[in-house]
Amino acid sequence: MSPGALLSARDLRVGFATEGGLLQAVDGVSFDLAAGEVLAIVGESGSGKSVTAQTILGLTRSPNAEIGGSVKLGEVELLDASDAALRKVRGERIGMVFQDPMTSFNPVYRLGSQIVEAIRAHRGDVSKAEGRARAVELLDSVGIPDAERRVDDYPHEFSGGMRQRAMIAMALALEPEVLIADEPTTALDVTIQAQVLRLLEQLNRERGVATILITHDLGVVAEVADRVMVMYAGRVVEEGTLDEIFYDPQHPYTWGLLGSLTRLDRPRPKRLPQISGAPPSLLSLPRGCSFRPRCPHEFGKCEEMPGLEARLPDAPSHCDRCWLSPEQKREKRQVGGRIGLEAPA
Amino acid sequence: MATAEPLIEVTDLVKHFPIKAGLLIDREVDQVRAVDGVSFSVPRGQTLGLVGESGSGKSTVCRVMLQLLAPTSGSVRFEGQEIAGLSRRQLQPLRREMQMIFQDPYASLNPRKRVGQIVGDPLKLQGVASGAELRKQVRELLDRVGLAPEHYDRYPHEFSGGQRQRIGIARAIALKPKLVVADEPVSALDVSIQAQIVNLLDDLQDELGLTYVFVAHDIGVVRHISDRIAVMHHGKIVEQGSADQVCEHPSDDYTKKLLAAVPVPDPRESRARRERAGAAG
Repeated sequence: MSPGALLSARDLRVGFATEGGLLQAVDGVSFDLAAGEVLAIVGESGSGKSVTAQTILGLTRSPNAEIGGSVKLGEVELLDASDAALRKVRGERIGMVFQDPMTSFNPVYRLGSQIVEAIRAHRGDVSKAEGRARAVELLDSVGIPDAERRVDDYPHEFSGGMRQRAMIAMALALEPEVLIADEPTTALDVTIQAQVLRLLEQLNRERGVATILITHDLGVVAEVADRVMVMYAGRVVEEGTLDEIFYDPQHPYTWGLLGSLTRLDRPRPKRLPQISGAPPSLLSLPRGCSFRPRCPHEFGKCEEMPGLEARLPDAPSHCDRCWLSPEQKREKRQVGGRIGLEAPA
Repeated sequence: MATAEPLIEVTDLVKHFPIKAGLLIDREVDQVRAVDGVSFSVPRGQTLGLVGESGSGKSTVCRVMLQLLAPTSGSVRFEGQEIAGLSRRQLQPLRREMQMIFQDPYASLNPRKRVGQIVGDPLKLQGVASGAELRKQVRELLDRVGLAPEHYDRYPHEFSGGQRQRIGIARAIALKPKLVVADEPVSALDVSIQAQIVNLLDDLQDELGLTYVFVAHDIGVVRHISDRIAVMHHGKIVEQGSADQVCEHPSDDYTKKLLAAVPVPDPRESRARRERAGAAG
């Protein structure tokens, strides 16, 4: 664990026994998260980004799950912590915000009472009245207008954006050091998304909350992240600072993701750049690099799995899994004056 | 551009849903003005993009336009013929001209039917083909949307989201419709798959001369595929114009707000934008 890291994962592995064999959902993920830092984990469905986050909080524990490696919060190892110890960590030290604000609250209890319950579960000495006052304060701090009155509303009386903010309020109720947000804005309209992103940013700046942001949207990443991890088929294929990933991406999958983005501030291309094929089944991964079958730049060596290594001499923390040389990458990622992944015509 | 007769023309379309209250006898106490006076027309072979946030009325416009919901008032003309208020029976022959692609490829395909049947049913129902001819046509359709012939006997659950959406597209184009209404056809798909589906829709438009009404909340995607864009807000169209015009020089305040909220996937640009916003506010 590097000094200054609040949360640190080393070689995290999560597999699930299925009828078709062992499904390796997460295969050797490592990262360090410092106070006040936003780490974005980017990937498609099945890339392992959500399983990574859920495993940190022990939410993937089950008889058919095989979990290996290490996740440390300070000095506490989370992977083999007891359920009682984990319950103390959840909410109190690590807060979590889920994608769907519609299904994450219990519809038959008032919002305020659910926040009070979360507080009192950890702080037995807090009275209901104190808890309620705290809930009002929290809702107010995330920008819910008229919080004093809205605290007694039921979840269905809140709009989607307000519910997501209420969920952030609940996640922050016990002032956790780490916030895990799994696709927190995916279900929201863009104008509401912008508000929620501003809120997350403010929490980072003002309270030093360390955040893991899980998303498939590189636009959202560009707005809030400090560091980025790109996942594909259970593995990290590239990681680096925000600017390294956007302006000097090393892995062809990252090029493809960047290339397929639509930009409103640029003239539109005739055809939308696409990544051909589909992500592989985790039960039958190709030999070597998992992205090989979709990669127009694959060559003989790709049948051997590249390690996640720093391959640029002047950027020791920028790592990727691609055998191409930095010079080849610089040349091949240029498609029509921008970064992209295009099958050779 | 030739001023061809529009394929579909919607004028002053209104759809209000009643809000009812009362114990034994429902009284109408208010109305939700889901669509509140919408007008647009789409020339043959072109694409109109409808954008707006949830609840703006874009999906209701689609449903009313296709007469899946009866309009409260207003006119919908398809190839010059008024179709608002036609009976089910009168609409039946027109149905094959107008098809729909849905958002959720997991919910819009019958899980108990094989792919061949899902795609072939419209052909069968409209009496276009049967037997060996039907099978042949379905195989051609599968091929056209990028699926393999051996997919014919599989069930929807055996496919990924992107492939399912291809099945939905094959079903929609089976009857060689003139108008295809696509309601959020890519928003449930992964980023790397979205572009494939958008490009497929683009290709099919060129090959088959389709006219699209394309609904999405992702303005970037809408701009890419559309000739014209209409922006909806609270059941009304607040602005419409050519795709580039609306995106680059929006005139309406709501459109400006909507465009400003779209994240820019470019950290430097996004920082600059936040600094400008910070300086202004």
